[in-house]
Amino acid sequence: MTEEIIIAGFGGQGVLSMGKILAYSGIMQDQEVAWMPSYGPEMRGGTANVTVILSDERISSPILNQFDTAIILNQQSMDKFEKAVKPGGILLYDPNGITRHPSRTDISIYRVQAAEAATAMGSAKTFNMIVLGAFLKLKPIVKMENVEKGLTKSLPARHHKSIPMNMEAVAKGLEIVEKV
Amino acid sequence: MKELKLMKGNEAFAEAVIRAGVDGYFGYPITPQSEVLEYLMAQKPYERTGMVVLQAESEVAAINMVYGGAACGKKVVTSSSSPGISLKQEGISYIAGAELPALILNVVRGGPGLGTIQPSQSDYFQSTKGGGHGDYRLIVLAPASVQEMADFAGLGFDLAFKYRTPVLILSDGVIGQMMEKVELNPQVKRRSDEEVAAECPWATTGRPKNGPRRIITSLELDSAKQEIHNMKLQAKYKEMQENEVRFETFDTEDADYLLVAYGSSARICQKAVQIARKKGIKVGLLRPITLFPYPTEAISKLASQVKGILSVEMSAGQMVEDVRLAVNGRVKVEHFGRYGGIVPTPDEVVKALETKIIGG
Amino acid sequence: MTETFDKPEIRTPENLVYSKTKVLTDNVLSYCPGCGHGTAHRLVAEVIDEMGIQNDTIGVAPVGCSVLAYNFFDIDMQQAAHGRAPALATAIKRLYPGKFVFTYQGDGDLAAIGTAETIHACNRGENIVIIFINNGIYGMTGGQMAPTTLPGMPTSTSPYGRDTHIMGNPLKMTEIVATLPGTYMVTRQAVHTPAAVRKAKKAIRMAFENQKLDKGVSFVEIVSNCNSGWKLSPVKANEWMVNNMFPFYQLGDIKMNGELVK
Repeated sequence: MTEEIIIAGFGGQGVLSMGKILAYSGIMQDQEVAWMPSYGPEMRGGTANVTVILSDERISSPILNQFDTAIILNQQSMDKFEKAVKPGGILLYDPNGITRHPSRTDISIYRVQAAEAATAMGSAKTFNMIVLGAFLKLKPIVKMENVEKGLTKSLPARHHKSIPMNMEAVAKGLEIVEKV
Repeated sequence: MKELKLMKGNEAFAEAVIRAGVDGYFGYPITPQSEVLEYLMAQKPYERTGMVVLQAESEVAAINMVYGGAACGKKVVTSSSSPGISLKQEGISYIAGAELPALILNVVRGGPGLGTIQPSQSDYFQSTKGGGHGDYRLIVLAPASVQEMADFAGLGFDLAFKYRTPVLILSDGVIGQMMEKVELNPQVKRRSDEEVAAECPWATTGRPKNGPRRIITSLELDSAKQEIHNMKLQAKYKEMQENEVRFETFDTEDADYLLVAYGSSARICQKAVQIARKKGIKVGLLRPITLFPYPTEAISKLASQVKGILSVEMSAGQMVEDVRLAVNGRVKVEHFGRYGGIVPTPDEVVKALETKIIGG
Repeated sequence: MTETFDKPEIRTPENLVYSKTKVLTDNVLSYCPGCGHGTAHRLVAEVIDEMGIQNDTIGVAPVGCSVLAYNFFDIDMQQAAHGRAPALATAIKRLYPGKFVFTYQGDGDLAAIGTAETIHACNRGENIVIIFINNGIYGMTGGQMAPTTLPGMPTSTSPYGRDTHIMGNPLKMTEIVATLPGTYMVTRQAVHTPAAVRKAKKAIRMAFENQKLDKGVSFVEIVSNCNSGWKLSPVKANEWMVNNMFPFYQLGDIKMNGELVK
């Protein structure tokens, strides 16, 4: 199994940390992982994206132009990455703030109202975990127990008290993802 | 017990440096390698192992601190990115001339000038052919994974002390910024001052009571003596060429075509090999791990087997010259590269192979 | 035919009025006769000898006339790239806090190309000694203008005298570093008379003793002549130094025990 994912959105949406939790979850189940961010001034409030690869084998290129799954969280990223999904692949997005919705017919498109759900849950910070939950519904590549372990590894100890809330958010994502 | 972590290449290097029992790090911030100094400061290695970590006033000062520490027989290291490495060249030349062991990490970004902060491999010439003034070489290690960023810290020091020579780890923004799973070695104890003195009798640790004073210098005003010194350096470089060549190959056994690439380009080329083989093109990859000494012989052997070779680098064509020297005109050798901070995709590499080598 | 002046019959203990300190080697100094470097070397060597720290001292030589200082001090020494001695000394002292570490630098080395290294080592408060020989000129390369060259003073690159409007002003590094919190002792001395030599030696001794206190840089400037660069006889050069250098580079303590003097 090799899953090549791009996660793209605004800086501050938790794009990089979501990728990191996913990568750590992969390590917890003995997989090879790579996490390759965009970096530089664009990180200062602009767009942020990260390539995450989980595989049972040694990972070759961390730089890709085609992905099994694109998780898209703003319009700029939609414009850039809709076309980068492999035919037959998955595009998952949050429609909040999206003005031009995806139009490809050779891929499966899903949406998750994560921003809305995060507000309803009373914590904007759970946004990325809701998106992660939605992704894991579509591609259950890591077990829930390993997500929890991944969270424990990737969060500093002082934030460990927020793990139950984060897992709740993941569960929320699993529940509310819908096919377009 | 080995320990598994998810780390950036820069962080893995920094952690490996602490664990290798290094005595001092001297650096200056520059993107995309600032995580090295940031990680070290956050880890308080001066409490963990007693290691000295100092943010210098410039790259020039940092490399000269490395000179001072190395001349005392201590394990010392600096890191920077391309423009900063240019500033360090004076010190690197002195370190090579004075035959001091030291480790230098370059997380390469695109140039020339201030250039871009995005990944590049355009410092190959600087690293392997020159850099500073004078007839000297560095051992150049090119990591292609976060694991190797960690592993080469230890290997780098082993080689630096074995040959009393500066060792350069030539990485780039991809390897430095990427996170991968990394297995860390257990902590090695830092050597005591007594152990350093015993291991490095040449080092300036205070004149021995029963022995001559030690002088660390790269100056020799008597040209006849300077020539002898330079011959000694050259003999050392020859020894490195005989003993320290490192490379790995992928799918070369039945290959009709060969890709040659190092560092992150080699990772991209591994994927390109998979894609090309699915299309029925029998292509293999040779990845030099040491750029000096270069795997000339291995490439020369493969040149007798394949119909053409594509050298893939994130530069306008630097390493391709060494591939051509190894091949010596026997088969076609072309270069493919993106540069200025653009990282090529595996598909682009396959296309370049098809147009420049197979169809060309 | 050279005649030997060695007269073993008069070289007896009761006739002994001068002996070389054992911290200087037997190598013939490469300095011009009358130059202050030889005396400054001797003072540093005597202090090391008297403190009994020959085996615990690491020196750093600069680029300039004293580039070969490591041939003259019988201690472990490193030779630095031009201007970088304080960076080397920083690392040496931090890696061996128990050793005595000093740099020996000229004015081109310390006050021009090494300005950044000097100021930052002083500002960080590195626990080292910096011996700074200021003769207002680049001696080794043949008498070019230095950052310390006086206004109007001719050199090979200011042959009509230093025109400050075009060539800028002389730099008083010693006064600059005295303002930094990392310097513990800053003084300006000379070695042209027996009295001056005695004072300079006291200052160098204090500078080395200060390293035991771990309170920052002890910085000793020695204003010296460069008779060959100034194109004067040794005696005339000292007269010129007294009349021209001293009014601009005033001798005396500038900072003692971490406090500015006066």
